[in-house]
Amino acid sequence: MSTTTASLGTDRVRWLRPTLTVLVAAAVAVGAPFYFAPFQVFQLTMVLLYAVALSGLNLLTGFGGQISLGHGAFFAAGAYTAAVMLDRYDTGHLATLPAAAAGCFLLGLGFGVPALRLRGLYLALVTLSFAVFLPPLLKRLEPVTGGSMGLTVDKLQPPAWSGLAEDQWMYFVVLAVTAVALLLARNLLRSRAGRALLAVRDNESAAEVMGVRLSLHKTLAFAWSAMFAGVAGCLYTWVIGFVSPDSFSFVLSITLLAGLVVGGLGSLYGPLLGAAFVMYVPSVSQDVSEAAPGVVFGLLIITVMFVAPTGLAGLPGRVLGAVARRPPRTTAARDRTPEAESAPGAEPEYQALSGPSETHAPADPAVVDAEPVGAPPRTEKE
Amino acid sequence: MRKTTALRAAAAATAALLTATACGSQRGQDAQDTAAGGACKGQQTTGITDKTIKLGGIYPLSGPASAYGTISKGVAAYFSHVNDKGGIDGRKVEFVVRDDGYQPPKAVEEARRLVEQEKVFAVFQTLGTPSTAAVWDYLNKQKVPQPFVATGASAWGTGDQHPWTIGWQPNYVAEARVYAKYLKDARPKAEVAVLYQNDDFGKDLLGGFKKAVAGSGVKVVAEESYEVTDPSVSAQMASLARSKADVLLDVTTPKFGSQALAADAKNTKWNPLHIVNNVASSAAVLEPVGFKNVQGVVSATYFKDPADPQWAADPEMKAYKDALHEYAPDADPDNQFNAYGWAVASSLHQALDAMKCPTREGLRDAVRSLKDVKVGMLLPGVTMSTGHGDAFPLETMRLMRFKGERWQLFGKPVDTRKEFGPTAK
Amino acid sequence: MTDLLQQVVEGLGSGAVYASLALALVLIHRFTGIVNFAQGELAMLSTYVAWQLVASGMPYWLALPATLAVSFVGGMLLERIVIRPVQGAPELTVVIVTVGLFIFVNALAGLIWSFTVKDFPQPFPDGGLDLSGVRMDWSTLGIIGVVAVVMGLLYLLFQHTSIGLVMRAVACNPASARLSGIRVGRVLMFGWGLAATVGAVSGVLVAPVLFLEPNMMGGVLIYAFAAATLGGFDSPVGAVVGGLFVGVAETLTGAYVDVIGADLKVGVPLVIILAVLLVRPQGLFGRAAVERA
Repeated sequence: MSTTTASLGTDRVRWLRPTLTVLVAAAVAVGAPFYFAPFQVFQLTMVLLYAVALSGLNLLTGFGGQISLGHGAFFAAGAYTAAVMLDRYDTGHLATLPAAAAGCFLLGLGFGVPALRLRGLYLALVTLSFAVFLPPLLKRLEPVTGGSMGLTVDKLQPPAWSGLAEDQWMYFVVLAVTAVALLLARNLLRSRAGRALLAVRDNESAAEVMGVRLSLHKTLAFAWSAMFAGVAGCLYTWVIGFVSPDSFSFVLSITLLAGLVVGGLGSLYGPLLGAAFVMYVPSVSQDVSEAAPGVVFGLLIITVMFVAPTGLAGLPGRVLGAVARRPPRTTAARDRTPEAESAPGAEPEYQALSGPSETHAPADPAVVDAEPVGAPPRTEKE
Repeated sequence: MRKTTALRAAAAATAALLTATACGSQRGQDAQDTAAGGACKGQQTTGITDKTIKLGGIYPLSGPASAYGTISKGVAAYFSHVNDKGGIDGRKVEFVVRDDGYQPPKAVEEARRLVEQEKVFAVFQTLGTPSTAAVWDYLNKQKVPQPFVATGASAWGTGDQHPWTIGWQPNYVAEARVYAKYLKDARPKAEVAVLYQNDDFGKDLLGGFKKAVAGSGVKVVAEESYEVTDPSVSAQMASLARSKADVLLDVTTPKFGSQALAADAKNTKWNPLHIVNNVASSAAVLEPVGFKNVQGVVSATYFKDPADPQWAADPEMKAYKDALHEYAPDADPDNQFNAYGWAVASSLHQALDAMKCPTREGLRDAVRSLKDVKVGMLLPGVTMSTGHGDAFPLETMRLMRFKGERWQLFGKPVDTRKEFGPTAK
Repeated sequence: MTDLLQQVVEGLGSGAVYASLALALVLIHRFTGIVNFAQGELAMLSTYVAWQLVASGMPYWLALPATLAVSFVGGMLLERIVIRPVQGAPELTVVIVTVGLFIFVNALAGLIWSFTVKDFPQPFPDGGLDLSGVRMDWSTLGIIGVVAVVMGLLYLLFQHTSIGLVMRAVACNPASARLSGIRVGRVLMFGWGLAATVGAVSGVLVAPVLFLEPNMMGGVLIYAFAAATLGGFDSPVGAVVGGLFVGVAETLTGAYVDVIGADLKVGVPLVIILAVLLVRPQGLFGRAAVERA
């Protein structure tokens, strides 16, 4: 809430710098594919794509307070919608995007209705079993989905006029979709619906008393969220050009949730950080230990959660808080244990993430305020 | 709010880019790709010099399929062993292993890393059908050889869209034909119950088997599938028992193989002839079940099982165990996957030796014109052959029956090409 | 008819396996209010400890209590080292820490013991009962029996001891519990230790049937979740009933409903759970949450 009030009292000087920052960021984002090697551009493309899925999950979990462990299934539904359309009906790539989005929106709507009855853990586990059920179902529908061998489809090809390489073109298309998706997520949250959602998360009963139509908003949150995951899945098909049931096991769903929490729940840019984490950290883990990358990856997840319990997005605020020696906030204080300080793995990651950006300017009060929007409030357990 | 959001967006974008810069490479390095001169003019020599050859491999070192990751240790041990003896034709092998966690998108990323950043000569082995299917379009477009993929799907050798990709192990259809032939000879009226893994591996083998027995007296009377994520196959085994079939074809991976063998042994009222497929036929799978419970089980194989005492004195097996002891001390030499890695690496050695030009094209052509090539780790009588219209190096297997504490080979090597004609989809 | 009963027995067998792990899940949830994704992997790790002890020559009946003790201490240490530092953080953070733990323990076991299937000693005799054509292995009966005993003990612990009361207070509201003089840290350590012990029992029970390897409990975990959800995440009786129900339902539909078949039988528990939860959102045996606005 405090951030909202802060933004009301804006003045012109404080507008200038963010505008510049956005321009620089945009320039960097547009320039990247001309600088990096093709496979690194591909990695960036994957980061953006996962960020779309994560921001969808963020709408539901971060802002709506409903936990879903089944978003891998919506991701798969989007991916398969695109793949089947390309494979069987030979539609263009662009036609698959609205179809995947609409299809997953409806699927989410359908799921949102029973989800109304379920809370917390129960919802999480029911959605998880949906994610477990989907791969065998896809295998069964062999005539359409290609069964367990999956479907190989054409990747997105650059039009001749662009003069771009395949990976560059894919990057730009995905970048555009991601930008639209992130903007949409941000605007959704600022809309009436978004505020209703936040109210529901913070105190459901109070929100209802205030006249928020609970069931409508919760169901819609599920639908929007599924739509984002579906769009990400559709992009996945464009970029990878191959779908198979075993690519979308329940591990994907758990990875998505882990990525979101690591990135920062309820923060608008947490999904980007989380996507980068799930994309890059497994490779880093392998560089650290070839014998058992999983050992390192598991440790890194735990370490990041120690250092940044509210996710990487909350880290700058926490660090600044500590630097400014403000009276420590309860959550910040409690986890500063020896383990947290001696965590080696996450340090470079963090420095790389926040080093050169402007976020570190310690004099800026707005940033200090920027405790992650949605660090879910500590409500009483049910 | 907007301000902080903008700042954060910028920070996030920069962060993502910076993480990517870690390697510091830039676009345009493709210009470094090199070509050969002389008789091999114009062919690609990326990743190979007179002194070195760089190979990449993609294995699941993490995740649910990490049991297969150890294949890379067998491969690496072989190359270290060869390097110590002077390398392959004077070239030292550098073998880069990457982990895809059995996830196709990760496999694509790692394949691109190997080709574009590591500049490997060839992507030697991708493991698993999904990962291989995800990367073969890319590798063929890039004209990078993808020899001897670690999956037996028949897709790798059928069709001519992917000349740069080739399998190695007997494909699942060929294996199914071996069992079909055996049953047609030994039990012409057999009723067969099939337990299979619900993925390309199980379906390919089951489909091949049904095709191969079509028109004969051998009938498939019951089939049950399981998912890799299932905890156990006991329910499926109980269903199959109802069929009262006299043969059980067990198409499983190691853990489920042990479970199925144990369930079969426990059920004293149903005693079918148990045929276990090659993947689950290692002594390491049978031993936990108890040797007394697996007497008379039939399987087929093509390479020497390191856990089998009959090969203890075999020179190649000795070399393998010594090398593994020296270069991969933490790997279990009795694990058949390590031996598989050794066998496939020495097969690649032979193919590299046979290259007419030391180029990617040279390797592509060499693996497609193998003539009865003998490999030490393969069973006597099993050789690699490929040629025009035949892109399956190994199509010969030998039947074996478990007796006492070991497998005993019986019958002649079964060349499935001769028996049934070339593998076709 | 015999066939049908035989399938029911098979279902009970797998159901008991799910129930054994579900008990540990319920236990940790009662203590801490979270769902522990690493519970199955911890059970697997305990089983490897037992295997190692037996392999090094210790008799089974000595190795078993030793393993349970090691698991109890290990569980407590785990709480102190891994969970305590994120105690005050949002609940999901703790859940993701257990996901990290899952990945870590799974890979660690693979690193130490490799992925080769291990033979684990069977405490129950071979063979089984033959009730007019329906065969029930002693091992199946044994698992069901042990699960029932563990369930009974947990029920007593929850309902008839002061620790049960304390633990409920801690799970409900750690801050208030602390204020009323409960040493929350110790209670939580005890809870983790106990859950690890129950998990170890589960691992040791199922290892002879499923065969020991690092991914042994991965598949069981999903079904144990289903069992616990169906039974209501609070109740040991619910976990066991849920487990047996899920086991029997999926086995029967897998065997007799051809449209579903063995490949889609995993969907059966999903449908049942959804149906039950729509009527009773707190699960079959769970208590409805009463909310203060």
